[in-house]
Amino acid sequence: MSRQGARLDAKRVNSELFTLTYGTLVAQLLKDYENVDEVNKQLERMGYNIGIRLIEDYLARTGSGRCYDFKDTAEKIQAGFRIFLGVSPQITNWGAGGDEFSLVFESNPLTEFVELPDHCLNLKYCNILAGVLRGACEMVQMEVTSWFVQDQLKGDNVTELRVKFIKRLEDAIPAGED
Amino acid sequence: MADESLYEFLHSEIVGYVTEKSARENKKDDLSSLEYMGFSSGFRIIERLTKERPRFNDELDTVKFICTDLWSTIYKKQIDNLRTNHQGIYVLHDCAFRFLSKLSSGRQYLESAPKYVAFTCGLIRGALANLGIKCLVTAEVQNMPGCKFHIHVQRS
Repeated sequence: MSRQGARLDAKRVNSELFTLTYGTLVAQLLKDYENVDEVNKQLERMGYNIGIRLIEDYLARTGSGRCYDFKDTAEKIQAGFRIFLGVSPQITNWGAGGDEFSLVFESNPLTEFVELPDHCLNLKYCNILAGVLRGACEMVQMEVTSWFVQDQLKGDNVTELRVKFIKRLEDAIPAGED
Repeated sequence: MADESLYEFLHSEIVGYVTEKSARENKKDDLSSLEYMGFSSGFRIIERLTKERPRFNDELDTVKFICTDLWSTIYKKQIDNLRTNHQGIYVLHDCAFRFLSKLSSGRQYLESAPKYVAFTCGLIRGALANLGIKCLVTAEVQNMPGCKFHIHVQRS
């Protein structure tokens, strides 16, 4: 088939496809639950399921080893965002103990074309990202938690995701050897 | 850029969610909301895809666009075979459909194949709907990872 006009920018359309599909999912969840908190929970859970699989893909692609410290983890998480979403969030606001930092997104691919209606002000639209981080880190023996402190959808200038290290998970003892 | 694997994971989460939902509501294998989600995604994405494109000549031209451009954007390959009876029925055959290709190559897990094609049926229907073609899309899987999508155009 002859192609007229401008060639498609496959990469861009691809990210738009992801954005739109994600939007459809959020819309469906809102319809099904009618309760914003429940939707937030579901999104986090789905993110978790994605994260525990995505980490394998990440490790296979980057060939990176274990993290030395939480700073190293932060950089690897940043690299992950670059690989999978094509954005480079800034790492800032380190907590005093070095176990907390913020990822600051100037633009967020998930929220392109999105506007929150008034009755959804409590909706954490991108909560899936928090789940992905939790799932992925759990698979490399780290328990982390993350939450949104700022959100462009709610009128903030940037989107800020705060990540906190909780504890290191120990390898489980194989059954029958304790 | 959203990486391909991310899209696949998201898709399988959506499938998982809908399956759970229909089990909870005691409706066995109710894939209608999966199809509907595909529909609205397709309806929107086609608008982005055809933004700078001249008008289509006819129905066949439109379906061809689905087979080439839409398919290669979403599934990284073109449809392998397109057949039509020139009376509103089109059969799109993909020999290695991406959402199935990691499941099996053969008849194993054949019973769960419908869950993985329903979204795409909706996607095609949505894309065509936005281009002014009302239709019904069904899928047929005989041997994974191959899949045939049947489009029945509804004329009023």
